[in-house]
Amino acid sequence: MNQSLKIENLHVSVEGHEILRGMNLEVPKGQVHAIMGPNGSGKSTLAKAIAGHHDYEVTEGAVYLDGVNLLEMSVDERSRAGFFLAFQYPREIPGVSNANFLRAARQARLPKGQEIDAVAFYREMYAKMDGLGMDRKFTGRSVNEGFSGGEKKRNEILQMMMLEPQYAILDETDSGLDIDALKIVAHGVNSMRSADRSFLVITHYQRLLDYIVPDVVHVLFNGRIIHTGGKELALELEEKGYDWITKDAA
Amino acid sequence: MSESATLEALAIERDTGNFSYPEDYEHNAGVGLTEDTLKYISDIKGEAEWIREFRRRALKVFNSKPMPTHWASKDLENIVFDEIRYYLSKGQAPKQNWEDVPDDVKKTFERLGVPEKERKFLAGVEAQFDSESAYSNVKEALSKEGVIFVNSTAGLRDYPDVFRPYFGKVIPTGDNKFSALNSAVFSGGSFIYVPPGVKVKHPLQAYFRINAENFGQFERTLIIVDEGAEVTYMEGCTAPKFETATLHSAVVELVAMKDARIQYITVQNWSNNVFNLVTKRGIAHENAEIRWIDCNIGSRLTMKYPGVVMKGRKARGEVISIALANTGQHQDTGAKMIHAADETTSNIVAKSISVGTGISTYRGLVHIPKNLKGCRNNTECDALLINTNSVNNTYPAITVRGNHHATQHEASVSQVSEDQIFYMKQRGLNEGEAMSLSVNGFVNDLVREFPMEYSVELKRLIDMEMEGSVG
Repeated sequence: MNQSLKIENLHVSVEGHEILRGMNLEVPKGQVHAIMGPNGSGKSTLAKAIAGHHDYEVTEGAVYLDGVNLLEMSVDERSRAGFFLAFQYPREIPGVSNANFLRAARQARLPKGQEIDAVAFYREMYAKMDGLGMDRKFTGRSVNEGFSGGEKKRNEILQMMMLEPQYAILDETDSGLDIDALKIVAHGVNSMRSADRSFLVITHYQRLLDYIVPDVVHVLFNGRIIHTGGKELALELEEKGYDWITKDAA
Repeated sequence: MSESATLEALAIERDTGNFSYPEDYEHNAGVGLTEDTLKYISDIKGEAEWIREFRRRALKVFNSKPMPTHWASKDLENIVFDEIRYYLSKGQAPKQNWEDVPDDVKKTFERLGVPEKERKFLAGVEAQFDSESAYSNVKEALSKEGVIFVNSTAGLRDYPDVFRPYFGKVIPTGDNKFSALNSAVFSGGSFIYVPPGVKVKHPLQAYFRINAENFGQFERTLIIVDEGAEVTYMEGCTAPKFETATLHSAVVELVAMKDARIQYITVQNWSNNVFNLVTKRGIAHENAEIRWIDCNIGSRLTMKYPGVVMKGRKARGEVISIALANTGQHQDTGAKMIHAADETTSNIVAKSISVGTGISTYRGLVHIPKNLKGCRNNTECDALLINTNSVNNTYPAITVRGNHHATQHEASVSQVSEDQIFYMKQRGLNEGEAMSLSVNGFVNDLVREFPMEYSVELKRLIDMEMEGSVG
């Protein structure tokens, strides 16, 4: 069995327009890959389609998580199978506290009849919040309601740390973050890097990759990966833009 | 007690009430409603002539009033009064000890967790099985302070001086067709008196259980809280699911004397064959406070608008209402606030949730007349629609005359967004769990008003209801 997140010939349409056009990519377990690309290249579509959002129609292809086709599972099954998406625009859930939400998500991963140890849960959550510089009062606040952009992103990382996925996609997690918040978020991600976990970091800017250093960088353009390189590729893109690659692809 | 133990102890689920024991009744008034039915009930109870006369007059009023089908629901036409049994009992006085309660009745209440709750946090319990209470007990310390907590038969028989002056005065027989019906055939319910200055710390609880088919339960509750005294009363209701329609039609009267406080909490969880047509009203004297915390989850049709008549200066009335209407259900609920003195304050917060083709209706009446000064009302009603074919209606009627009052009204309708559900599912919750959490979030600020034990139960009820409702 392949220990990887493997995207195979993925075609995705939104409202009848094909956005991803036969995309291929494999992130082996233990690695961090970055996807960069100009606006409209399909970066966010990739994240939403893998998560199973109802507006994104997969017309062809497969996404394998350790050899199992993720696309045959429901949205929540994909999550419980070990897939996590840190959203670019996290939703608000009025009236549901952060702590209750995380608890429900953790509970959903336990066999029926088994209950979460509340004391251990809170201890763990507080420790992780401390690491992300989140005030403990956030546990009692409704999920993302009235949070600033930076607070929402930190909250996404907190959820990721609490759910401990094997494969995570970070969809433009750096957007809307100042440099201090960016460092904190990156530190959270780095603390989770291990041989059993992979990350696919979607970003528009090279800046994030100074702090979350990828093993591999891909360029997505027109719905396909058109170029792949090492971490230095990000710097090159920052300096030269995308034209030198996209010209060939067009 | 750990939280999971609390959950277990309080596990009254939507389906937990769905069981019944074979009928074994000493007394059965048979089907249909005539003067003979009233006599049958009065004879069993050994009632005084004035009560018999009260019943007979009420039957005439009931028969003379048309069915109020023109404003809430035509479904009322499906109640066949001639097929209902109006009195069923085992012919035994209520017991003060669970050991003495007949076996099947005791088992019923054990399955519903009533004795266990009593041990844990209640000051007194009344458990009614069909027409009569099977168990009635109040903690000794309260009896010593002069608190009376008995059923309606015992209340009128043993304490006529206390109760008769107020009986049928807050809600007159002719208030509506169903208050008249209740006045004719009432049986069971709680009669409570709290003497001046006595603050009952733990709640008194009544549990209403319908066990029999094509039956009507007509309990009568009267709570009098004397000057400066306080009480919290909670009622829970369940019935098994039968094919035939069952009728529950209660009358609840509250009297809060000067500086008194009454908190009346209902968690209604009837099965979907029950017509729940209840009249509830309280009178608040000077600086007194009456709060109705009303939660309606079950039943086929509920029509219930708890009211407060603020009769004394600075009296306060409050209704906090949660209604959840699933497919096949209509929750027509709301509040009535009658300001009848200066500087009186009322507050209504109603939240309703419609699931599937369920219909929830908020119907409110606020009345502030011209001659008064310094009255205030706040009304908030929020609706949450779960499916695209769910229905909510809001009819707030606020009449304010004169220039020296303050009123405020807010209403909102919202829908659980697909993106919100998607976000929750991405974290591993299935559709039902995500819906439950959203709905619980919607009512969360109101659930906090409930005593802890009840808020846990309420959350469970909502979870049960939402789990089965998504496909």
